Amino acid sequence: MAILSSSIARKVAMALSGLFLVLFLGQHFTINITSVIDPDTFNSWSHFMGHNILVQFILQPVLIFGVVFHFVMGLILEIRNNNARQISYKSFKGNKNSTWASRNMIISGAVILAFLGLHFYDFWFPEIIHKYVESNPLDATRYYPELLHKFESPVRTGLYCLAFVLLMLHLWHGFSSSFQSMGWNNKYSKGLRAFTQFYAIFIPLGFIFIALYLHFIQ
Amino acid sequence: MKLILKIWRQKNNQAKGELKTYPLDGIEGDMSFLEMLDILNEGLINKGEEPVEFDHDCREGICGSCSLQINGEPHGPDRLVTTCQLHMRMFNDGDTIIIEPFRAKAFPVIKDLVVDRSSFDRIQQAGGYISVNTSGNTIDANTIPINKHDADESFNAATCIGCGACVAACKNASAMLFTSAKVSQFALLPQGRIEATERVLNMVAQMDKEGFGNCSNTGACEIECPKGISLENIARMNREYLGASLKG
Amino acid sequence: MSILDSKIPKGPLADKWTNHKNDINLVNPANKRNIDIIVVGTGLAGGSAAATLAELGYNVKTFCYQDSPRRAHSIAAQGGINAAKNYQGDGDSNYRLFYDTVKGGDYRSREANVYRLAEVSANIIDQCVAQGVPFAREYGGYLDNRSFGGVLVSRTFYAKGQTGQQLLLGAYSAMNRQINRGKITPYNRHEMLDLVIVDGKARGIIARDLVSGEIERHSAHAVVIASGGYGNVFYLSTNAMGSNVTASWKIHKRGAYFANPCYTQIHPTCIPVSGDHQSKLTLMSESLRNDGRIWVPKKKEDAEAIRQGKKRPIELSAEERDYYLERRYPSFGNLVPRDVASRAAKERCDAGFGVNKTGEAVFLDFASAIERYGKEQAAMHGNHNPSEVEVSKLGKEVIENKYGNLFQMYEKIVDENPYETPMMIYPAVHYTMGGVWVDYNLQSTIPGCYVTGEANFSDHGANRLGASALMQGLADGYFVLPYTIGDYLANDIKTGKIPTDTKEFDEAEKNVRDLLDKLINNKGTHSVDHFHKKLGKIMWDKCGMARNAESLKEAMSEIRALREEFWRDVKIPGELSELNSELEKATRVADFLELGELFAKDALDRNESAGGHFREEYQTEEGEALRDDENFMYVAAWEYTGEPGNAILHKEELEYENIEVKSRSYK
Repeated sequence: MAILSSSIARKVAMALSGLFLVLFLGQHFTINITSVIDPDTFNSWSHFMGHNILVQFILQPVLIFGVVFHFVMGLILEIRNNNARQISYKSFKGNKNSTWASRNMIISGAVILAFLGLHFYDFWFPEIIHKYVESNPLDATRYYPELLHKFESPVRTGLYCLAFVLLMLHLWHGFSSSFQSMGWNNKYSKGLRAFTQFYAIFIPLGFIFIALYLHFIQ
Repeated sequence: MKLILKIWRQKNNQAKGELKTYPLDGIEGDMSFLEMLDILNEGLINKGEEPVEFDHDCREGICGSCSLQINGEPHGPDRLVTTCQLHMRMFNDGDTIIIEPFRAKAFPVIKDLVVDRSSFDRIQQAGGYISVNTSGNTIDANTIPINKHDADESFNAATCIGCGACVAACKNASAMLFTSAKVSQFALLPQGRIEATERVLNMVAQMDKEGFGNCSNTGACEIECPKGISLENIARMNREYLGASLKG
Repeated sequence: MSILDSKIPKGPLADKWTNHKNDINLVNPANKRNIDIIVVGTGLAGGSAAATLAELGYNVKTFCYQDSPRRAHSIAAQGGINAAKNYQGDGDSNYRLFYDTVKGGDYRSREANVYRLAEVSANIIDQCVAQGVPFAREYGGYLDNRSFGGVLVSRTFYAKGQTGQQLLLGAYSAMNRQINRGKITPYNRHEMLDLVIVDGKARGIIARDLVSGEIERHSAHAVVIASGGYGNVFYLSTNAMGSNVTASWKIHKRGAYFANPCYTQIHPTCIPVSGDHQSKLTLMSESLRNDGRIWVPKKKEDAEAIRQGKKRPIELSAEERDYYLERRYPSFGNLVPRDVASRAAKERCDAGFGVNKTGEAVFLDFASAIERYGKEQAAMHGNHNPSEVEVSKLGKEVIENKYGNLFQMYEKIVDENPYETPMMIYPAVHYTMGGVWVDYNLQSTIPGCYVTGEANFSDHGANRLGASALMQGLADGYFVLPYTIGDYLANDIKTGKIPTDTKEFDEAEKNVRDLLDKLINNKGTHSVDHFHKKLGKIMWDKCGMARNAESLKEAMSEIRALREEFWRDVKIPGELSELNSELEKATRVADFLELGELFAKDALDRNESAGGHFREEYQTEEGEALRDDENFMYVAAWEYTGEPGNAILHKEELEYENIEVKSRSYK
């Protein structure tokens, strides 16, 4: 961890873990959108992800590490940054020179983290218990009904949607910012920024659509 | 015009400070912000009160002495100016103006609005130079042609005046823009490449040691910088730093 | 009378410096470690000297009143730095730079010094480029040049309108390298308040820590004063608010002669005064005169209409404008030296042709340049029949590229767009050619006390050419002083550390404490600025761009009276043991109040007009300065005797062996 002792190294680590999570998000979305298009595909892809050894025992731990790392590093940075200004301004007009999203990554991040707690409670823990504790027999058709069941409650659906809005804000700044952190700022940056902003809106919006769709078809 | 000033008063580094209110009349649009403070101080002295201390020197926007967080922004609401070049025509009759010192752990308050920015000097001392002796026996200045674009970019980075507005504007009190401006100036020139690795490692290490925050790319520094130093410099420093770290 | 020995080496002009360097004593590197040097001021002259001396191995302490060496006022120099590189192939040479400088200085500078300056000028550019100073370049990657006033070649190197900043940051970076090595100890936010002389030699200073208010003793084997000029004696000037004469004046009071105080440069292109509240004047670089044309209306009615806002300057046709510099000086045109341009502007404004509300401004117009560059650019882009709009757009881009920061600065201050309407400018106090008298080695009349840069009486004679101040500051600091000081210090290798617990330090410290106590306990009724403004007004009205015997006599007695009033009635709030900027100002203004009188005395004594010193009684029929070479071809070096008005004059006769002394003509 010695390499993480400098501010720039920490930034880069934050950027890399963030980019990894962005990739994961895209993959997650791709699978989820099939639930709207064709529940059978959803079932078979989910089954694959749930039982492939590579996914379960290599990618899954890496992902969990990525999430935890991104969170812990974010928290460390936040604490350090708060320490860098011990007496705060009576008047500070951050909105004159920067976006709310860029200044409040800790807030959007915390909401997303809380959401992840809910999400784990909803899907991941039951799944782990189902597979590894209770050792239930294989059933490649259970995923879609379980999914539908979760979106019955309007409160949960609402919470999901709220979290996705915050995710949108988090991505809006975080995705393009990660390239700047890694030193990537050149003539292609404008195009890249447009792409990241499109992604930041499209993916969470897609998740919201899926949540609402699944809620309202019931 | 008439104004209500709310100014941070603090006797010394140890004392607790507070905002004090001063009404002021007879201010004209053609006055600079510091001339407005001169008038306030003249009045305070005549009344037997202690004048407000603030840093200033050249009053033409180049020495980087003047600072001040004015209504929540370093160097006030105008863009691409320092406080000494901020004119009162930017304000309206009856306005309340809150004036605070630049705030950062690495910029401790000395008195009132005066802060200690020697941390910036120490960052420069850590590597903000090219190691050449002043013998006069270097090669002829035109021996190495330098691409005009690179020379111009280097110059743009070199126009940093070291005022600290970037730190003051940053929600994290980060000094990345300041440090990266010097790293960039030299990184873009062939004569600066030779020590580029050590320079970026040493300057960043010193920057961290001084207690500045981390950059989170909000871009506030670039907007508030009176010289318009670009965020590209920070990206360049990140790049240089990564390269240097990998080289070891 | 003449105990002044300028120590100019013998031999042909071009060989003097080389021979001198070969002859003087050197200090062995091992011994340099045992020698301490104090440098007061960290601008181009002080910063470069400190860095070089530390590189050589001396232990250097630097002092500046600012919070960082990088803030010294050299940083505000805009236009450029001269060097006889002849990169443009336009016939430049060391001799030409030497000749232009002596002529520009109206034949009142020391030949040998100026030649040395020209000789080392090229080294400065090499050095700065090696340090990473980003000078402007052409598309081919080579260094670009431009022209400045008073010369017929392009020898000025520049970095947009921030040349001083870039050069100072170069010197600052050289200092930082030595600070990092532990060879320089910087004392920032410190002000030198007295010089300590032990056995007739400068051996230390008394300084005040401006943050804690503590009085400190610092000893050294030699003291270098590089604290800049005294233009702020006029209150309004292009100097920084803190620029002061204190260090120079303190050594003057300790025995250093003060030379030619009346030689002051009034810069022709500054933003005019807008009101009583004004605290300082802002320069618009002389480089603007490369492309800007200066004019006033031909007819008084037009001038009046413009003053009242009834007419706009762009409504006047070319025939209705008086491009008075081009008219009076066809061969140099808008690029005449500063003193000539300033007086010409004053002449037009005094005659009623001024163009701002107060009638004290002339136009600096870029319309012709925008058109010329626009057409050039259009042709380069293959457009041989461009529309007016295209020409104007392209032309403005070129102008922005060259002077963008100056135009922006003008717009912020004046609230008018100089791309669309001509700038208004007026002369303002800018630079002081006078200063502490030094010999060829830059040593003052106090052994061991050296003076460099603007603080010495310098190489500029009675008028300095544009872009020569940066050249002189760096030449002194990088290439002259480090050699010449070694000659003196060679005798000090066995001296050992200078103790500070001696009676000389006691006396100097008491002197400083008494001064400060007196100021803080005065409890008068008026602020320091009140007196400073009054002094400035006397200086500007009676010792300004034009002076006469009567006004100078009045000035002397008025300044004396003002000084007495100051000591009786000045009011300093706060305490000694804290940051107290009013106290800082008071110590500086107290010295200006003495210098001002000597200034007027010197101007009164010099019964001729030369360069920046224009006595109304001595002018040609056409209003040009009229020198009196027979009686005044000397440096007036003043010895302090207790009262500035009673200073004793010492003359250093100037001899010109390599240049024919003529009356200056730029026609």
